[in-house]
Amino acid sequence: MGSKRNSVLIVGAGIAGIQAALDLAEMGVEVHLVEDTPTIGGRMPQLDKTFPTNDCSMCILSPKMSECARHPGIQIHILSNLKNVSGKPGRFKCTILERAKYVDPVKCVACGLCEDKCPVKIEDTFDVGLRTRKAISRYFLQSIPAEYTIDKDKCLYLTKGVCRICEKTCEAGAINYEDKDREVELEVGAIILAAGIDPFDPIGFGHFGYHRYPDVVTSLEFERMLSASGPMGGHVVRASNGKEPKKLAFIQCVGSRDEGIDRNYCSSACCMFAIKQSIIAKEHIKDLDSSIFYMDIRAFGKDFDKYYEKAEKQYGVKFKRSKVADIIETPEGKLRLRYTLEKGTTQYEEFDMVVLSIGLQAREANQRLSEDLDIRLNEFGFCRSERFSPLMTSREGVFVCGAMNGPKDIPESVVSASGAVANAVRFLDLERQGLPTADESIPEKNVIGQRPRIGVFVCHCGINIAGVVDVKDVAEYAGTLENVEHTEDVMYACSTDCLDTIKKRIEEHDLNRVVVAACTPRTHEPLFRETINEAGLNPYLFEMANIRDQCSWAHMDQPELATIKSKDLVEMGVAKSRGLQPLERLPIEIDPKALVIGGGLSGMTSALSLADAGHQVYLIEKEDELGGNLRNIFFNFDDKDPQVFLGDLIKKVSRHKMIEVLKGAEIEDISGYIGNYKTSLKAGSGKEGRLLDHGVVIVATGGEEHKTEEYLLGKSSRIVTQVEFERMLHEKDFPAGKLKNVVMIQCVGSREEGRMYCSRICCSKAVKNALELKKVKSKTNVYFAYRDIRTYGFSEKYYTELRDEGTVFLRYTPDSKPVVELIDEDVTDSRARVTVFDPIMDRDVVIDADLVVLATAIDAPEKNEELAKKLKVPLNADGMFLEAHVKLRPVDFATEGVFLCGLAHSPKDMDESQAQAKAAASRALTFLNRKAVLAEGTICQVMTDRCSGCSYCESICAYSAIEVDPEKLVAVVNEALCKGCGACVASCRCGALDLRGFTNQQMYSVFDSLDLVITEKVGD
Amino acid sequence: MDKKYVPRITSFLCKWCSYTGADLAGTSRLQYPTAIIPIKVMCSSRVDPVFILRAFLKGSDGVLLGGCHPGDCHYETGNYHTRRRFAIVKTVFESLGLEAERIRLSWISASEGPKFARVANEFTETIIAMGENPVKKKIFL
Ligand code: FES
Repeated sequence: MGSKRNSVLIVGAGIAGIQAALDLAEMGVEVHLVEDTPTIGGRMPQLDKTFPTNDCSMCILSPKMSECARHPGIQIHILSNLKNVSGKPGRFKCTILERAKYVDPVKCVACGLCEDKCPVKIEDTFDVGLRTRKAISRYFLQSIPAEYTIDKDKCLYLTKGVCRICEKTCEAGAINYEDKDREVELEVGAIILAAGIDPFDPIGFGHFGYHRYPDVVTSLEFERMLSASGPMGGHVVRASNGKEPKKLAFIQCVGSRDEGIDRNYCSSACCMFAIKQSIIAKEHIKDLDSSIFYMDIRAFGKDFDKYYEKAEKQYGVKFKRSKVADIIETPEGKLRLRYTLEKGTTQYEEFDMVVLSIGLQAREANQRLSEDLDIRLNEFGFCRSERFSPLMTSREGVFVCGAMNGPKDIPESVVSASGAVANAVRFLDLERQGLPTADESIPEKNVIGQRPRIGVFVCHCGINIAGVVDVKDVAEYAGTLENVEHTEDVMYACSTDCLDTIKKRIEEHDLNRVVVAACTPRTHEPLFRETINEAGLNPYLFEMANIRDQCSWAHMDQPELATIKSKDLVEMGVAKSRGLQPLERLPIEIDPKALVIGGGLSGMTSALSLADAGHQVYLIEKEDELGGNLRNIFFNFDDKDPQVFLGDLIKKVSRHKMIEVLKGAEIEDISGYIGNYKTSLKAGSGKEGRLLDHGVVIVATGGEEHKTEEYLLGKSSRIVTQVEFERMLHEKDFPAGKLKNVVMIQCVGSREEGRMYCSRICCSKAVKNALELKKVKSKTNVYFAYRDIRTYGFSEKYYTELRDEGTVFLRYTPDSKPVVELIDEDVTDSRARVTVFDPIMDRDVVIDADLVVLATAIDAPEKNEELAKKLKVPLNADGMFLEAHVKLRPVDFATEGVFLCGLAHSPKDMDESQAQAKAAASRALTFLNRKAVLAEGTICQVMTDRCSGCSYCESICAYSAIEVDPEKLVAVVNEALCKGCGACVASCRCGALDLRGFTNQQMYSVFDSLDLVITEKVGD
Repeated sequence: MDKKYVPRITSFLCKWCSYTGADLAGTSRLQYPTAIIPIKVMCSSRVDPVFILRAFLKGSDGVLLGGCHPGDCHYETGNYHTRRRFAIVKTVFESLGLEAERIRLSWISASEGPKFARVANEFTETIIAMGENPVKKKIFL
């Protein structure tokens, strides 16, 4: 073991690289984050909002970027590339090339004077050419690291030997023209590739007039236009005349699903991207008319279809199924689209602006990386990985995540990153971490007894807040409040710059309380707390006012009232902060064992990852057999047999000495909290009950096939589900007689009232089974009744293959569903007559089918509800488990120590389930690999002199955390058990209890600060 | 709706469900009146009946109490206590001749952004219909 290194090298610092780095660093692994550009962050900083929640992209990313920058275990190498790898997994020798920055990062204070003075303007790649930057610059406003760098190919001095202006302006003396490229040698245990993806360049698409017509833009350019910090400050205008567009068109699949240009794959994210942009654009321009021209809308992710529906119904976005032939600019300066409808008729429509929804493509750099590292790429230039090992490259010890091995959206990238970490730890020498030691260099200031000196920072959040609320006015108002010593409005409170400002102000004004008015404490409170802690204040001397999620975003049409409310919220925050006291966090020990609920593919994968990392795992399965839904899958696009894979997996799991498999088990109760859970299993049918102790829980309860009688399912043996059909194919046990016509009906139960979601895998599954059928019965006619074909990612080519096989695709809409009738009511194996309206021929098509195959939806198991209650975690409206944050915490619950994966989260494919299962394991490991974590400081306290010992609180507390001492007859809090809910406090008759951080006095002052009662003195 | 009169509704929201639901309403850009003034508490059971009375006596036109659905409280049983206490506060309001319709208890889960917005809208309308909190009018000391 000792020969393995406890370090990992990560190539690429986009969201995937960042997530992987943070997970590893939390496990105590040393991380080298190698990034080609001058900053970490990747693509996310370029985005304005994210679907399907419209969350602000930079806002949610920023805390993770800062965390990366300040984590002592993470070393960031910007302007660097991995050149060479030798050695073996566990002990790789890597050479990275760090390019010269020409600015000394230690001396640079990022004041920006040099950039003002630099005479050389160059294209700003971050703003995709919509703006210029200087030859000395920083990549974008919130770059990390913040220091400037010089573009050596553009700098006058470095190219022509003249200028040196920046050197003269830099007061810090940070400019160093002598800087050299250097090679750095590193030894690491494993390598994770997260080098990302590139947008497709539509320059070759002359017929769309990109670059020829100024109002034809790519979706990425449009995104920058929408962004408040972008080149147009969030005001979308036409480049041709500077006016707001009134009519907007989106053209989908530009550079995707196009065999002609070697891109026979779907970029997976562009449909949702366009829907999001059309919604956001409508928010910017009130009476905007937008249309999306598309082939299929692929809204296959969790809650995507609801978003799609919202765009159509609520925002009036028009969806036009068609193919756009070309765009011509009219003499009036409008863009005329020529497009063909399904029926084949050609139409024309004029627009002010056209957005090309460009696809995603493999980076050119992959080629070089593949040669340098000896890893294989797939036919499209993406890093190659297999369906049953989705995060592995062809080289042992080198893993891949993010979009580098195929198009992914943000949560999928995050999932794959955590998943890759679970793979990487097998090659590391993990050691269980103790408590993080306090940084002795910053002693905590003693503020007890001091008069409050409050600093208030009000965030613009780009235009997210400032677009509605008068931020300056709010900040000024804060200055009039008692005890407020400093107030300031800031662009992005969470940017590293601003965090530094906050620290500086604490110093300058000797602040002892800080209030930030910004987005929401849910995502950003930890970051700010940590920041003030770095300035020597106890983290609990912080208070946040939620003026975005619960104000500016909720009152977009009422700027004045929203400003008044923001002032109130700030005033309340200030009032509460006056009473804040420094609190101590007690350590909670972590039991290193894990409980995994569900023995399907996901559960087994998670269990195996944890066990391989050296942790005892209880794997419980309600049925008497492991395998879950995977037991019904017999085919796979790439010839590997799923059943062989399953067999191996079951064998590995059952034989692993760290895994105890408990089959036929039912959970009676789960109690406890992070690090200390207790789960009891029911006794019965020859089994004894069990009590399991464990530190974390992974929920992998899977999904169920939707039960239905629609389309006469169950009325004839010739009407079956896809699952049954797959078994039929496997056993070659087809209904008797000729199999002339087979009709497949998609979306049975999905995407309709009651199940407003896409079951994601049915299109690919049906395509796969149809191809299998063609293999054995090439003469059979296959008819495919569908709503949208959603073969996203690399499954697209199989759809094309099926089309080429001559399959008939018939699109139906929810209001003209196919009709299935039995031909002979009296027999149990009646053939069925299927009538589908075909929009292409504009008439009904009637098929006498020998077999009808229904793609039934994936349901959330009813039992989820019970489990959710036991675990105290939420479900979404569809009964699926709801993660802590749909974008950046896709496998965590808000409750610490509980994680989710697989179908329990939402429908997904086998490779995706595995990636998520590994991700859940990896997130769990960030806790299991520590001996203890710190509890919250906001717990209950007893003021003994007031306590009458009535013991009423004892009866209230759900955790037995408070008890009356039988001798002293006063209540005593067990601080390790108290969760800080405050239930006892509110019940105490003597006012002897209080909740730290939420004391009665504080709460009173909060609503008293809004005193509205007009008083007048009478008498004397 | 009278444009000028914006009531003030002090809203106690538990961190785990209703506060998150309110955030979700915001991220989904569901619009509701500015009358809703949120105060985060760890659990609805933290809300001492005195809070409700005090907020009311300090001139809030309405008091909203948001918690997890029964059975879903992050602290096991917190909201059961809330429910009982709330019932008592209502009775107290009634017996003191205060308008009990000015206080409302709602179960709003973390995924119920739309419900939060709905409750916010409905409740504000109710309060507007009732007019200002009478205690807000002058008191003499
Ligand atoms: S935590 Fe929401 S009601 Fe208790």
